[in-house]
Amino acid sequence: MSVVGVGRSIARMPGAIAPRLHWSVLLPLAGPLAFLALWWAVSASHVVRAVLLPSPFETLGYLGTAFVHGTLGADTLVTLTRTLLSFGIGALLGVPLGVAFGSNERLYRSVEFLIDFFRSTPASALIPLFILFFGITDINKIAIAGFSVFLIVMFNSAYGVMNARKARILAARVMGASRFQVFRDVLIFESLPQTFVGLRNGISTALVIVVVAEMFIGSDQGLGHRIIEGEQILHVTDMYASILVAGLLGYALNVLFMIADKRLIHWNGK
Amino acid sequence: MIAPSAVTPLPEQDDAFIRVRGLDKSFAGQPVYQNFALDVPRGKFTTIFGPNGCGKSTLINMMSGLIPFDAGTVEIGGRDFRSAKIGYVFQNYRDSLFPWMRALENIEYPLRVRGIPRKEQVARVEQLLARFEITLDLKRYTYEMSGGQQQLVAILRALAADPEVLFLDEPFSALDYEMTLYVRDRLQAVFLETGLTTVLVSHDLEEAVYLADRIVLLSKRPTRVVETIAYETPRPRTAEILADGRFVATKQHALDLFRAEMRR
Ligand SMILES: Nc1ncnc2c1ncn2[C@@H]1O[C@H](COP(=O)(O)OP(=O)(O)OP(=O)(O)O)[C@@H](O)[C@H]1O
Ligand SMILES: [Mg+2]
Repeated sequence: MSVVGVGRSIARMPGAIAPRLHWSVLLPLAGPLAFLALWWAVSASHVVRAVLLPSPFETLGYLGTAFVHGTLGADTLVTLTRTLLSFGIGALLGVPLGVAFGSNERLYRSVEFLIDFFRSTPASALIPLFILFFGITDINKIAIAGFSVFLIVMFNSAYGVMNARKARILAARVMGASRFQVFRDVLIFESLPQTFVGLRNGISTALVIVVVAEMFIGSDQGLGHRIIEGEQILHVTDMYASILVAGLLGYALNVLFMIADKRLIHWNGK
Repeated sequence: MIAPSAVTPLPEQDDAFIRVRGLDKSFAGQPVYQNFALDVPRGKFTTIFGPNGCGKSTLINMMSGLIPFDAGTVEIGGRDFRSAKIGYVFQNYRDSLFPWMRALENIEYPLRVRGIPRKEQVARVEQLLARFEITLDLKRYTYEMSGGQQQLVAILRALAADPEVLFLDEPFSALDYEMTLYVRDRLQAVFLETGLTTVLVSHDLEEAVYLADRIVLLSKRPTRVVETIAYETPRPRTAEILADGRFVATKQHALDLFRAEMRR
């Protein structure tokens, strides 16, 4: 209420409202700008040697060129493809299995320890194991990332179903819904918000593991490969540009899922 | 028949529509009901009133098949309660409506579940809305509506499949005063229009008397019926009857019984 009042009194003074508006619109840019300024200050002051830390402008300029004329775009696409593939496989297996486990609590309790155990095991610890089974291949990277996605998604879907609002299930039952109808019309929908939490975590995890796998499981393409190569041949501008792209990719995927969440699970939190 | 200030306890009824006999129910070894009996008359509005935690919700949940009981029988319309068509309105509309469906789809759901053809679903819901002069915008999602509108949608949903009996568990307790009056009036209109056997749990004695043809007064646990009180003032009832002698006497009588019960 008081905020509205302040806004009105300012609106009556022409010119006073403009800077106010600017401030609030630009606020989200403050952090990134401060970060770039800090980066620039450190690199310009030569506290860190130039071979280790190029200036942000050089890096961003290089990023643009490497995307347009170089192979950065292709490497990004490879990483994105691997991430989406492993995410897709993990989600396609994880959601139905999670919902199935969740709707049978006894079944879930019997596998709960296994799921929790593997969920808590760092995926990177399993990389050698996956190398033994799948060799140093593309399938390997997708398999290990997909496995992690699968666990996260299955766990969240199962909990979504188990925590379904009791009253809604009873309401459906008293209206004459069969077990299957309760499952199809209520449980699935009740689990969706939590399932989406799992999917969002899943896509982030997929990217993390794909990039790690590209670093350490012999690879000649992908952002992870590019980053580690930039470090080894001391082409640091390329390394920083690739890190930025990986970050942007992760951020974009996250935003995409947030938007999808808002639109598809429109009732969430209401 | 009933003298203005006299209140009549009812004898056992023969025209009972819901007949509960020998009902046992305990939670974790603690008995709530032991050899409990209840008759609910056909086509009447029955309200259930009793101390906190005496098992009012448990009772209508058992009668509507939502929770199991340990022993006894529940008959609705002369048949086992499991084959009866039941409308049930929950205390918490927010947790019992389906927020992923529009209000209209919520109301259609009991028809959909029973495999009624789409055309007939639409026709029957249209009929229902016309009958009760509902002017809500039912294209909205339920979470976009006020609490009173949501509870009204919940009542319409419970009525959509032509139930034999309507159960309501404290349907107004999550509503503010204005909304309570609004939904209460709609409910009374529905009852007047359909004559549907209605059982409503209330924690508000004034409301319990105001709405009722019969007030069932329950005791503390283990729960039994202290008394069934008749209150047969013509409908539609309005706020004026709150000052009416018979209303006041009935309420006072119920309150006296309740106080005596609490002292036990
Ligand atoms: N699922 C349950 N497990 C254990 N005890 C229960 C359960 N449900 C109800 N009870 C107990 O049974 C008794 C009756 O509960 P019930 O909810 O039917 O009472 P109520 O009369 O509806 O109470 P209120 O006035 O709070 O609505 C209470 O003492 C409650 O603690
Ligand atoms: Mg209750």
